[in-house]
Amino acid sequence: MAVSTEWQKAAYVAAQAADARVHVELETEGMTLNIGPQHPATHGTLRIVVRLDGEQVVWAEPVAGYMHRGYEKLCEVRTYPQVTTLINRIDWLGHFANEVPFILAAEQLMGIEAPPRAQWIRTIFFEMARIANITLFLGDMGVQLGAITPIFFAFRDREHVLNLMEAATGGRFHPNYDRIGGLKDDLPRGWVEECKTAMKKMRGFCDEIEDLLMGNEIFQERTRGIGVIPPAVGLEYGLSGANIRASGVDFDIRRDEPSPLAYKSCDWKVWTHPDGDSFARYWVRLQEVRESTKIVDQLLESLPAGSIQAKVPRIIKVPAGEAWAHTENPLGEMGYYVVSKGGLGPFRVKIRTPSFSNVSIVPWLLRGVYVPDVITILASLYFILGDIDR
Amino acid sequence: MSSDADEGAPAPPVDQVRTGLVGSLRSHLGTAVLETEVANGDVWVRLERAAWSKAAGVLRNELGMDYFCFLSGLDWMANPGLSGEKVWDPDGGVSLDEEGGDEVAEEPAGSHHTGVAGGDSRFQVFARVYSTGEKVGITLKADLDEADPRIGSWVAVYRGADWHEREAWEMYGFTFDGHPGLRHMYLPSDFEGHPMRKDFPLLAREVKPWPGLVDVEAMPGEEAGEGEGTEG
Repeated sequence: MAVSTEWQKAAYVAAQAADARVHVELETEGMTLNIGPQHPATHGTLRIVVRLDGEQVVWAEPVAGYMHRGYEKLCEVRTYPQVTTLINRIDWLGHFANEVPFILAAEQLMGIEAPPRAQWIRTIFFEMARIANITLFLGDMGVQLGAITPIFFAFRDREHVLNLMEAATGGRFHPNYDRIGGLKDDLPRGWVEECKTAMKKMRGFCDEIEDLLMGNEIFQERTRGIGVIPPAVGLEYGLSGANIRASGVDFDIRRDEPSPLAYKSCDWKVWTHPDGDSFARYWVRLQEVRESTKIVDQLLESLPAGSIQAKVPRIIKVPAGEAWAHTENPLGEMGYYVVSKGGLGPFRVKIRTPSFSNVSIVPWLLRGVYVPDVITILASLYFILGDIDR
Repeated sequence: MSSDADEGAPAPPVDQVRTGLVGSLRSHLGTAVLETEVANGDVWVRLERAAWSKAAGVLRNELGMDYFCFLSGLDWMANPGLSGEKVWDPDGGVSLDEEGGDEVAEEPAGSHHTGVAGGDSRFQVFARVYSTGEKVGITLKADLDEADPRIGSWVAVYRGADWHEREAWEMYGFTFDGHPGLRHMYLPSDFEGHPMRKDFPLLAREVKPWPGLVDVEAMPGEEAGEGEGTEG
C-alpha cells in the first residue's frame, strides 16, 4: 500500500512502534502477514491482515471495501421494479435468492400477495439458487485443503442448475426474474422434467463429494476441531445460516418465520451439528443441498396451476410505511428493511446481508489459530464479497 | 412446521407475543420507552437516547434476544432528487423535480416526517434483534441530535454490533460512545463526508439523469393515464 498522506505516514510510524513493542514483550520474531485482497479463499476481494507470533495468529483484522458498490444509496434513486437488477449482484452465487426478500417487503407494504403458482416457482428457484451456491462451496473447500478434484466436480454439476435457470429466466447468474406480485415468465415446456433429472444429478454429486472428501483423513484432520464457534458467541456476532446451525443452534428462517413462500407445504428437515468447527459447517451445508433437492422435487410434484402474476398497477407505487422481510439465503439471513414514502422508489433500503455479520467474527475466531488453518476457517465460514460490501 | 400458530393470517386481532414483549420492555425501562407499534407481525419500539445501551442489555439478558440482526441509521430529510418521492404525473410524464427544493418546502422546516413509531429528529439509529428461542424479533429506534449525532454503543452487549456501528459511523456520521475503535469500513481512510446522508449528492445522477426512468413512461400506443389502472 502506497504511503501517500501525512496521516498514513503517521499511522505507519505508529504501527512500526507497536510492532517493536510487541517484539519486546513477547521476545519473539513477530510478523504481519497480509492475505489478499486477491486470494482464492475469498470469493471476491477481501484483505485480511494477520499479526503472527511464530506460526500462530495474535490478531486478525479483515479489511472490507474493495467491492463496495453503494447499493443502499443506489436503491434510493431507482423505482421498485428496477431495484431487483441491482440486488441480484449482492451475493452473485445465490443470485435469485437476493431478489425474493426485497420483493416480499414491497408486497408486504402494498398488501398484495403473489398467486400460489408464483410462490411455488419462487421457492423452487430459491432452492436452486441455494444448490448452485453451496455446490461451489463444497468444491471450493477441497481446493483450500489441496484437493483439486472436488472443484471440477462442483463446476461440472452446478451447470445442471444454471442451465435450468437460464432456460426459464434467460440469465445464468442474474435472473432478475422476480416481480412484485408474481414472476416475469412461466416455466418453459418440459422444464419440470428436466429439473427433476437435474435434482437427481445433484444428489449424485452430494454422494460423490461425500465419498471424495468427508472420509478423507487429511480433510478430517484439517477441519475437525478447527475454528470452533460456541453458539452464544456466534449469535452475538449475528452469525446465521449454516454457520450457526453448525454450532447446534436450530434456527432456520424458512421454518421459523411466517412467509408466503411454499416451504410449509413440503416435508424437509433443518440439519444442525453440535461441534461448531469447520467440519460441522461443511457437513451441514452438504446436508442442506440434499434437503434443497428434496424440497424442489416435492414442489415440482405439487406445482399448482393458474396465474403467475397478481393484479398490480403497471406503474408501481408503494404506500408509505416500513417493512422488514427476511429469508434464509444460501449464506444465512438476508433481509431488507424498506422505508417507503409512497413514491415510485424506496426512501431507504437497509440491506442486511449474511456475510457481513458472518465475517465480523473473524477477528475473534482467528486469534490463536495456526496459519494454514486461517484459510480453512475462512473457507468454511463461506462468504461472498459482494455480500459483505454490497 | 405445523405447530406454528403464528400470524399467518393477515391482521390478527391482538399479537399476544409482541404486546407482551413491549410490556416487559416497558417494565424494565419505564418511561424511556417513548412509542411502540405492533403491526403486520412485527414490533417497533422507540427509545429515549440515554436508554439505548441499557436497552441492549435488557433485551439480551432479560428478554432472551440472543441473535443480533443489524444496526443502522435513518436520515429523514426530505430530498426529492434522491428520496424516491419521484413524481409521476400521467399528463406531464416523469419529472425528477429538476428545480430541487420544491418538495422540501412542502414540509415545514425543522419537522421531519418520520416513520413507524414516530420521532421528531432528522437522524435516527435503528437496530433489530431476534430471539432464536421465542422466534420473535424486535426493531428498536432512537432519535439523535442533528448537530451532534451521538449515542451509546452496543458492542459491550452484542459484539456483532462492532462492524454495524462502524458502518453507521462512516455512512451517517453517528458517534457511538464506548465503541472500541470507530474507523472506516468501506471507504478510504481520508474520505470526507457521510455518503448515506440525504444531502450527500450522488454524483452519477448530477452528471446525467437516470436513464432508467423511461420505465415509468407510458408505453407506445398507450393512453398516458392508462398505467394507473389495474391490469394483470
